[in-house]
Amino acid sequence: MFTALLIEQLLNGLQLGVMLFLMAAGLTLIFGVMGLINLAHGSLYMIGAFACAVVASATGSFWLGLIASLVAAAGVGALIEVAVIRRLYDRDHLDQVLATFALILILSEGARWLFGSFPLYLDIPKLLQGAVPLPGGGQYQLYRLAIIAVGIVVAVGLYLLIARTRLGMRIRAGESDREMIAALGVDISTLYTVVFALGAALAGLAGALVGALQSVQVGMGEPVLILAFVVIVIGGIGSIKGALVGAVIVGVVDTMGRFLLPSLLALTMPAAQATTIGAALASMLIYVVMALILAFRPSGLFAAQS
Amino acid sequence: MTRETAINLLLAALLLALPLIAAGIGEPFYVTLATRVVVLALAAVGLNLALGLGGLLSFGHAAFFGLGGYAAGILATHAFNAEPLFAGIPGTTSMPLIWLVAIAVAGLVALPIGAISLRTTGVYFIMITLAFAQMIYYFAISWPAYGGEDGLSIYVRNSFPGLNTAQPLPYFLICFAVLIAALLLFRLIEGSRFGSAVQAARQNGVRLAAVGIPPFRIRLVAFVLSAMITGLAGALYADLNRFVGPSMLSWHMSGELMVLIILGGKGRLFGPVAGAMIFVCLEYVLGGITERWQFFLGLILLGIVLFARGGFLGLLSGKPRHV
Repeated sequence: MFTALLIEQLLNGLQLGVMLFLMAAGLTLIFGVMGLINLAHGSLYMIGAFACAVVASATGSFWLGLIASLVAAAGVGALIEVAVIRRLYDRDHLDQVLATFALILILSEGARWLFGSFPLYLDIPKLLQGAVPLPGGGQYQLYRLAIIAVGIVVAVGLYLLIARTRLGMRIRAGESDREMIAALGVDISTLYTVVFALGAALAGLAGALVGALQSVQVGMGEPVLILAFVVIVIGGIGSIKGALVGAVIVGVVDTMGRFLLPSLLALTMPAAQATTIGAALASMLIYVVMALILAFRPSGLFAAQS
Repeated sequence: MTRETAINLLLAALLLALPLIAAGIGEPFYVTLATRVVVLALAAVGLNLALGLGGLLSFGHAAFFGLGGYAAGILATHAFNAEPLFAGIPGTTSMPLIWLVAIAVAGLVALPIGAISLRTTGVYFIMITLAFAQMIYYFAISWPAYGGEDGLSIYVRNSFPGLNTAQPLPYFLICFAVLIAALLLFRLIEGSRFGSAVQAARQNGVRLAAVGIPPFRIRLVAFVLSAMITGLAGALYADLNRFVGPSMLSWHMSGELMVLIILGGKGRLFGPVAGAMIFVCLEYVLGGITERWQFFLGLILLGIVLFARGGFLGLLSGKPRHV
C-alpha cells in the first residue's frame, strides 16, 4: 500500500512540476529574450483559468474553454505588451517590478469587477474523468495524467519551436544580440510581442488546466508565480531546459516533503507534534533547496547567460 | 538651504501639524491615519537604505516588517497570558524592550538571508529575497502556535514609560519621534565613510574593490541595517493595529514598501515620507470613492513609473545631488 501511495505522490509532484514548467517557460523566455522581469505573469494564468471557466460553462465544452484560455491569455498578453511592457525594456529592473506590480493590481481588481469575488468551478471533461490503476494496488486520476502528458508535449513542442523553426532562430538570435538581428531586417518589436504572447498563452493554458482541479478565483496566480520564480532561479534564468529541470525538482520536492516529512518526524516525536512541525518545515523545504543550490551555483543549474 | 531641504522641512511640519489639529478638533481617526503614514514611512526609510543608497532591490522586506510585528505580538501575548517565553524568560509589554527585540530579530534573520542573496545580483537578487520572504510567510501560516493564518491580536497596546499609548495622539508622537530619529540616522549614514562606500558599491562594485573595500561586506551591513529599521517599523505597526498577521509578511507588503519609495523619490532622505503620505492619502481618498480603489491605484502607479521618473520629490526639487 505504501508503494502505491508513494507512486501516487510522485505523480502528483510531477503534475505540479509540469504545471510550473508551463508558467516558468514563459517567464524565462520573456526574461531571456527581452530582459524583462514580469510579475504580471500570474495574472495571465488567472485570465486563462477565468476564460476557460466562463466559456466552458456557457458552451458546455471544456475543449472550447481551453481554446478560449489560450486566445484570451495570448490576447491580453499582446495587449499589455504593446501598451505597457514595451516601454519597460530599456528601464532598470526596479521600474519593471513596479510597473508589472501595478498591472497585477489592475488585472486582479479588474477580474474581481467582472467576475465577482466568488470562485468559479470547472468540471473535468467527460473524456478524462475516471482513474487509472497504479502498480501496487492504487488508482490515479486520469486527468492529472493528462496534464503531465500535456506538459511533456509542450516541452517537446517548445524545444522543436526554438531549435528547428525560423521563429525559434529569431528568438535565439534575439537572446544573444538584439541590435544585430534588428540590423538584419527582423522586425524586433513584433518578435517581442509574439514572444510575450507565447509566454502568456502557456501561462493561460496552465491556469485553465489547473482550474479544473481547484477553484478559479482572483489571486490564484500569485502562489504559482512565486513558485515559478523559484523554478527559474534554480534552473538558471533564460534557460528553457533549466526551467524544465527546476520545475520537476520543485514539484517533486514540495509534494514529497509534504508527504514524507510528517511521517519521518513521527519516528522521533509524538504524532500530533510531528504533523505540525512536519507541515511547517515542508512548506519551507523548496526555499531551503533553492538556497542550497544557489550557494553552490549562484546563477542556477543551467545558467544561460551572465 | 536647497529647495529639497525646504520641501523636507515642510513635509515634516505638515506631518506633525495635521494630527495635532485633528486631535484638537476631536477627530482621532485622522491621528490614526497619520500614525499609519509615519509607520509605513519608517519601514520605507529602512528599505531606502538598501534600495536607494545601496541599489539593492530587495523584494523581501516584508519579512523583516512582519518579523518585527510578530516580535511585538508574541512578547505581548506571553506577557498577557503570564506564560514564560522559553527557559523562564517572561514576555513584556514595554515598548522600548519590544523594539530592541524586534530590531535584533530582524537583524539576525537578515544576516543569513543577505549573506546568501548577496552572492547574486540583478534579477536573481530580486527573486531570491522574494523567495526568502515567502518562506517565512508560509512558515507563519503553517505554524499554529501564534495564530497561523488567523494572526495574533494584541489586546492592550503595549506601554511606553510616562505616556498613555492607548490614546491616539501620544502614540502618534512616539512613532513620529522614532521616524525623525531614523531619518537623522539615515542622514548620518549617508554622509559617513560607510555611506560613501555603500553608494560606491551601488555605482561600481569593481572599483570599490580596487580601492581595497570589499563590496560584499559593505552591502551586507547595509542590508542588515536596513532590515533592522524595517523590523522596528513592524513592531510599531503591530501596536498601531493591535494585530499582527501573515499579511504583514506577504509579498504585497514588500511591493507596497517599494511603491512608497518610488512614489516619493528613490534614494532621497524624505522620499519614503512623501511616498507614504501620498500612498495613504490615495488609499483613503480612492477607498472612499470606490470599492475598486486598487484598480485605480494600479493605474496611477503605472503612470508614475512610466512617465514621472524620480517620484514626487524629483518632480518638485529637480535632480538629486548623487546622480
